[in-house]
Amino acid sequence: MVETSVNPVKKLLEATEVDTRILGMVAVLGLLWLGFGIATDGAFLTPRNLWNLSVQTSSIAVMATGMVLVIVTRNIDLSVGSLLGFTGMIIAVTQAEWLPALWGYDHSMTWVTALLVGMVAGALAGALQGFVIAYMGVPAFIVTLGGLLAWRGAAWWVTSGRTVAPMDSTFQIMGGGPSGSVGELATWLISGAICLMIVAAFLRGRHLRRLHQFPLRPVWAEFVLAGFYCAGVMGAAAVANAYPWPSRIAERYAQAEGIPIPEGGLVIAHGFAVPVLIAVFVAVVMSFIATRTRFGRYVFAIGGNPEAAELAGVNTRKVILLVFTIMGILAAIGAAISTARLNAATNAQGTLDELYVIAAAVIGGTSLAGGVGKVAGAVLGALVMQSLQSGMVLVGIDTPLQNMIVGVVLVIAVWVDTLYRKRSSL
Amino acid sequence: MDNQQPLVEMRNISISFGGIRAVDDVSIDLYPGEVVGLLGHNGAGKSTLIKILSGAYPMDAGDIFVDGQPVTIHNPRDAKNLGIETIYQTLALADNVDAAANLFLGRELQSRWGTLDDAAMESACRQVMGRLNPNFQRFKDPVKSLSGGQRQSVAIARALYFNARILIMDEPTAALGPQETAQVAELIKHLKSEGIGIFLISHDIHDVFDLSDRVSVMKNGKLVGTVTVDVVTKDEVLGMIILGKCPPQVKPGPGAVATEMSVEEVVSGGG
Repeated sequence: MVETSVNPVKKLLEATEVDTRILGMVAVLGLLWLGFGIATDGAFLTPRNLWNLSVQTSSIAVMATGMVLVIVTRNIDLSVGSLLGFTGMIIAVTQAEWLPALWGYDHSMTWVTALLVGMVAGALAGALQGFVIAYMGVPAFIVTLGGLLAWRGAAWWVTSGRTVAPMDSTFQIMGGGPSGSVGELATWLISGAICLMIVAAFLRGRHLRRLHQFPLRPVWAEFVLAGFYCAGVMGAAAVANAYPWPSRIAERYAQAEGIPIPEGGLVIAHGFAVPVLIAVFVAVVMSFIATRTRFGRYVFAIGGNPEAAELAGVNTRKVILLVFTIMGILAAIGAAISTARLNAATNAQGTLDELYVIAAAVIGGTSLAGGVGKVAGAVLGALVMQSLQSGMVLVGIDTPLQNMIVGVVLVIAVWVDTLYRKRSSL
Repeated sequence: MDNQQPLVEMRNISISFGGIRAVDDVSIDLYPGEVVGLLGHNGAGKSTLIKILSGAYPMDAGDIFVDGQPVTIHNPRDAKNLGIETIYQTLALADNVDAAANLFLGRELQSRWGTLDDAAMESACRQVMGRLNPNFQRFKDPVKSLSGGQRQSVAIARALYFNARILIMDEPTAALGPQETAQVAELIKHLKSEGIGIFLISHDIHDVFDLSDRVSVMKNGKLVGTVTVDVVTKDEVLGMIILGKCPPQVKPGPGAVATEMSVEEVVSGGG
């Protein structure tokens, strides 16, 4: 590691200390987008499609960040899809039936109360599974397989199978759409703020390294990395702002607000969708928990060697309990996004989501053997999965073929990952 | 040493697993600056006894005293709070994280904001590893990729960094080459001179006899006897290990057997 390489690519990778796995995933995603872009004559790469792609990824991405922790501790959670259905039903019933009976319709506190009730329900459900796994010693596979059936049944039971709609108008913002996007100005402001944070993080990292007299990255490498990240954020902002509201919605909005419609129609940009911002926020928080807190350190230590963690004085059972509790909360957040987007809760909502969530985490480099995984990787994995599905729909591949391709891609991804690990451990 | 207070004293310790008495009414003690070798065959109950002291197993019966005070050890954290550090035979390292993360596992340094202070931990790790193993440079790599000796030094560093008063080393040299074994021996002498009490566990008498002040021998979960090394020969201790027979100068423990055979016969007969 110490000797510098002559190969310029290797030199770049070494100097920037970039994670080659994540870089590889970004490259795969880029190729995928390029391929679909060519196959659909550019339809895949339109701002509209990319914007929709980002919204469709949100719910799975939110849950995948938690699945990373679950799998890192050598466990699995098969119940997240059903848990999404159950908590979604609770969120919907709370805002569409219970709260209106107390407060009337469209009360300003309805959306947040419904969300919190859902998150508490998710936390309790997750904690219950975590308790059985950690303290009663039943394997996670069995407990969450039971959960898959039980929570789906519970979702049915809440309203005896009835679909609940519509959602509170404020709550719907969490689902995206024209009213669920932050608009052009806010998008640029948010992106600018994120870029400032990235630069601040780089400066702080450099300061800490100097403070402890660790080797520093070359200055040019810092600029390349920070520039790359900021360009990514700004690029996403530009794409989101390049997708205008549908003209009829824009006209209706103009009429309601009394804005004159200019020549050639009113152009209002979507900007970032709220569910995407929620997913990004969740990913940042989960990444922080995984890498910067004691709890996160214990999660990885347990995955690496449960006995060693126990002997080092880590309360491993409590950590496992908490991991499943977090997973439950994230399923509820995923449920909020999903019900808001659909403007309804059905008892089949989230069916098979557990498989997409697990696939996203695994494609994102989380090892089923435990101890290895990255939150950012799982989010990328979710994006890869969704790109694949959305792209195949645009290309016009038949539904049965789509499922077969997704299945094959999952297996190949894990195989490539196995090869990578073998090579890198030598 | 008799007029001094023992650093740690384990009295009448018993533990059973599924009806098998792994440790049966064993009493041992350790004084400051002393090395006590705990000897016995595989399965004699040495590691189990020591895991009770390090908090990994709860004992069924018995008492533990540290500095003469009765203490309760429910888990590894309790033991560490009493200054009892253990280097396990398996090293008990989390293979997927780096040396600093292992060094501080369960006792991470935190910043003002309650987040992990990785830079401070790596810095401390560089210092302590610099003393133990000056050639060690691979601070960013997961310990899985380190050599046996390097992994051993990480495990030792973990025990030393937190100012252990009582150090338990379970087969400390089992995975090491001759040079590294000599290093560990040097380290033990150094720690002893600092007043740290050390339990040295081994199934091989040659590993521990020269380093120990006293040896306690276990057989089938029972204590055969405890003896100061300068009043016995290696062969006599070997007799205790193999047959459970105490030489006349040793006070027999509950696990000792009366036998007519001489030590020489035992050694030649027992192979």
